[in-house]
Amino acid sequence: MNAGWEVVIGLEIHTQLATRSKIFSAAPTEYGAEPNTQACLVDLGYPGVLPVLNAEVVRMATMFGLAVNATVAPRSVFARKNYFYPDLPKGYQISQYELPIVEHGELFITDDEGNEKRIGITRAHLEEDAGKSIHEGLDRYSGIDLNRAGTPLLEIVSEPELSSAREAVAYMRKIHTIVRYLGISDGNMQEGSFRCDANVSVRRRGEEKLGTRAEIKNLNSFRFVEKAINFEIERQIELLEDGGTVVQETRLYDSDKDETRSMRSKEEANDYRYFPDPDLLPVEISADYIDAVRRQLPELPAAKEQRFVDQYGIKADDAAILTGSRSLADYFEAVVAATEAKAQLAANWVVGDLSAALNQESLDIVDSKVSAELLAGLLTRIEDNTISGKIAKQVFEAMWAGEGSADAIIEARGLKQITDSSAIEAVVDSVIAAHPEQVAEYRSGKDKLIGFFVGQVMKETQGQANPGQVNKILKAKLGG
Amino acid sequence: MDLYNKTLTELAAGLRDGDFSSVDLTQALLARIRERDPELNAFITVTDELALAAAERADVARSAGNGGPLNGLPVIHKDIFCTRGVKTSCGSKMLDNFVSPYDATVVERLADAGAVVLGKTNMDEFAMGSSNETSFYGPVRNPWNLDCTPGGSSGGSAAAVAARFGPAATGTDTGGSIRQPAALTGTVGIKPTYGRVSRYGMIAFASSLDQAGVITRTAEDAALLLGVMAGFDERDSTSIDEPVPDYVAALGESIKGLRIGIVRQHFDAGLDAECGRKVKEAIGVLQSLGATTVEVDLPNIDLSVPTYYVVAPAECSSNLSRFDGVRFGYRAENAVDLLDHYCRSRGEGFGDEVKRRIMTGTYVLSAGYYDAYYLKAQQVRQLIADDFRKAFAGVDVIAGPTAPTPAFRLGDKVDDPITMYLNDIYTIGANLAGLPGISVPCGFVNDLPVGLHLVGTHFAESTLLRCAHQYQQQTDWHTACPEDFQ
Repeated sequence: MNAGWEVVIGLEIHTQLATRSKIFSAAPTEYGAEPNTQACLVDLGYPGVLPVLNAEVVRMATMFGLAVNATVAPRSVFARKNYFYPDLPKGYQISQYELPIVEHGELFITDDEGNEKRIGITRAHLEEDAGKSIHEGLDRYSGIDLNRAGTPLLEIVSEPELSSAREAVAYMRKIHTIVRYLGISDGNMQEGSFRCDANVSVRRRGEEKLGTRAEIKNLNSFRFVEKAINFEIERQIELLEDGGTVVQETRLYDSDKDETRSMRSKEEANDYRYFPDPDLLPVEISADYIDAVRRQLPELPAAKEQRFVDQYGIKADDAAILTGSRSLADYFEAVVAATEAKAQLAANWVVGDLSAALNQESLDIVDSKVSAELLAGLLTRIEDNTISGKIAKQVFEAMWAGEGSADAIIEARGLKQITDSSAIEAVVDSVIAAHPEQVAEYRSGKDKLIGFFVGQVMKETQGQANPGQVNKILKAKLGG
Repeated sequence: MDLYNKTLTELAAGLRDGDFSSVDLTQALLARIRERDPELNAFITVTDELALAAAERADVARSAGNGGPLNGLPVIHKDIFCTRGVKTSCGSKMLDNFVSPYDATVVERLADAGAVVLGKTNMDEFAMGSSNETSFYGPVRNPWNLDCTPGGSSGGSAAAVAARFGPAATGTDTGGSIRQPAALTGTVGIKPTYGRVSRYGMIAFASSLDQAGVITRTAEDAALLLGVMAGFDERDSTSIDEPVPDYVAALGESIKGLRIGIVRQHFDAGLDAECGRKVKEAIGVLQSLGATTVEVDLPNIDLSVPTYYVVAPAECSSNLSRFDGVRFGYRAENAVDLLDHYCRSRGEGFGDEVKRRIMTGTYVLSAGYYDAYYLKAQQVRQLIADDFRKAFAGVDVIAGPTAPTPAFRLGDKVDDPITMYLNDIYTIGANLAGLPGISVPCGFVNDLPVGLHLVGTHFAESTLLRCAHQYQQQTDWHTACPEDFQ
């Protein structure tokens, strides 16, 4: 369908920084409070009030800059973006314009051909969020909630180097992982803490000039980013193939109808009259400060992924999944540290049964009903042959249900694997004695009946006999 | 001697010695304001009850041996300072219904020091004007001649101090709004270094130029008040963390050897000849005290007015955007939609001069004009600041006239903004460069006061106050009282 066309996408990601108070005031940033209860006079834009920069946002922006190998500007400047809207109390938003705090970063994604691809990060700048206009349920009126006004945002702008919706989502996920690793954002997309605008254009393959772009505003899930971009690509290609032209405009994605529609054209766009905010001093960052922040940086996802492969010898795919969030990676490492079992076994369990159980109940790893210590206890018992893998699943379910440690459950339920040869021999003898016909058939060459005998023995021992031993003893006795 | 004729320093001594109480003093001044202010229109709000309650508290504190440095002393605030529970109009219909929920830092510091606030003074709307004629509450009259303006924008504060309604008032100065009215009313007005006094709670006109100061009758009183107001405030990022010297203690030092710079352009054809003569006489007095003079060059000073009228409107166009009728202030009735709400609330709430500056400012910040106007003006501003820096390498203060003429008649310039803007031609440079400046009464022309203007380098308030104080020890211009208000 897209043959002959090349897609060019750039993303502007708005990340809410996880500070306790707002970027320019002491009001709390907590989500979900009653409307207008978390806005102080500064947030309300009262006459005479002045903004004071929250130092924490500078530290967080610096961390981000270092994490994406960017330049942290020694001097950045806050500017006013002027426009009128009821949820913008001062009539201007304090942002950064000509001199942002972070510039020239990069990160790497896997492109559509499976190769590593570098995506440039043009800049990241600090700004304050606006309030929220509420139109639903208010007949003839609009409500304004200014709780969000003044919430700190880091706007991360990519180069237009993403070539598909899939790449765009991959890039966005990487950023999402990084900001959560750094602890600078909770990344909560439902609450709007992590959202993006996508600039999308298409051009005929081989064409040098970029096509006219449309900007899709306020996408707040990975799925919507993918769908909205794909819709927009199709729309633009169809338009151009029919001889039309794309107009530069802002569009909104309607997830119910799965389509984008025009919000305002370039002609209707505001002239924001940016100028340096005279109420705030330039932000000056010393090399010493940057070094101090660098020392506090946690291990980043890419480095951790590589280390998991090198240090634990686990599969690369598992390492990628396990390092998808810092808490999952921490959990995995805690399990490995608490058991003699092989790391790959731990990886299998965390990626497999544990993740499935978490998903089923929509729980985050930090809320797991089975702690790393408990899981490690289970793996130890698999490793030392106390229980088989199959029994382990039963034990895991019991642990999930809150029945205690693996050892306690094995003990209480009598699940300990039977490894005593004389005990197994006794059962084997009784099974042989009880099935003379099958014994005769086996001895006349029907080898596959061994499975039948193993099944009988396991049934007699309620699955607790060591399968390897059962096999060996059966073969010896049947072979007669 | 009547209490109203006493300076702040004299009143402090009287209170200390038990000659009278704060309540006596406050009642006397409130009665005088009630009786005489209708002639001047210097007040927008008189805070009788709050003042008397504060005076009572001050008397109790004094008798218990407590109380701050201004305990029980009367002050008046320009209506640009937010005062909790009191109407804070900024001279505008836009804020006629606005009662501030908080105190400006300046208000808080004076209150903490024990000051008794008598009321809030009239001013040009949002401090935009040089004659007090842009006020929604009508013009203020000059106590020296009721047909004349007291200057602006702190015209109400200057007129109130000149008419002996109180010994001291706060003011704000963006391009000369403390010093020019001080000159036109025969009072002392000081605009400190940018960042010396917190701007928190002072309704912004042009943030990079605005600075709070005081209007008094003596430099000594100005020193006393400024010492309380000045200092770092964590709520204002542009306030500077620099220790505040004891201004009063430094007043007595001689000015022998002080180097005074004279700017040639400040005595050219734009200056009224009689005013020029008075200013030169005043400089002669300073020389007689041991100061020396030298001519200094400020090559770009002629560009200060046009530079100011790009920078100040640009900032004000943005600063005044918050007055949108949504959360506070004037709100047009029966708006049909959002745009109508904005257009009429602002169209009806703001006066002509404010609108003129908002439009000018919006224009100079617009795409395609920003570089030619705003950016260029900022570059020229830097040149002017550099000129001052070079000049101050060789002198301690720069002396000249505060205003080109004595007080002019009400209505004379109101239809001619450019001529009006030229009233601040000698004062604007200090704002653009962030320097402190003071105006001191130095004589009369046609029975109207004339002011001597002194500008110092950053944080040289002490030098300016000392120089003005030493001058006032040799002269009695500041003791003259308008005939009708004796």
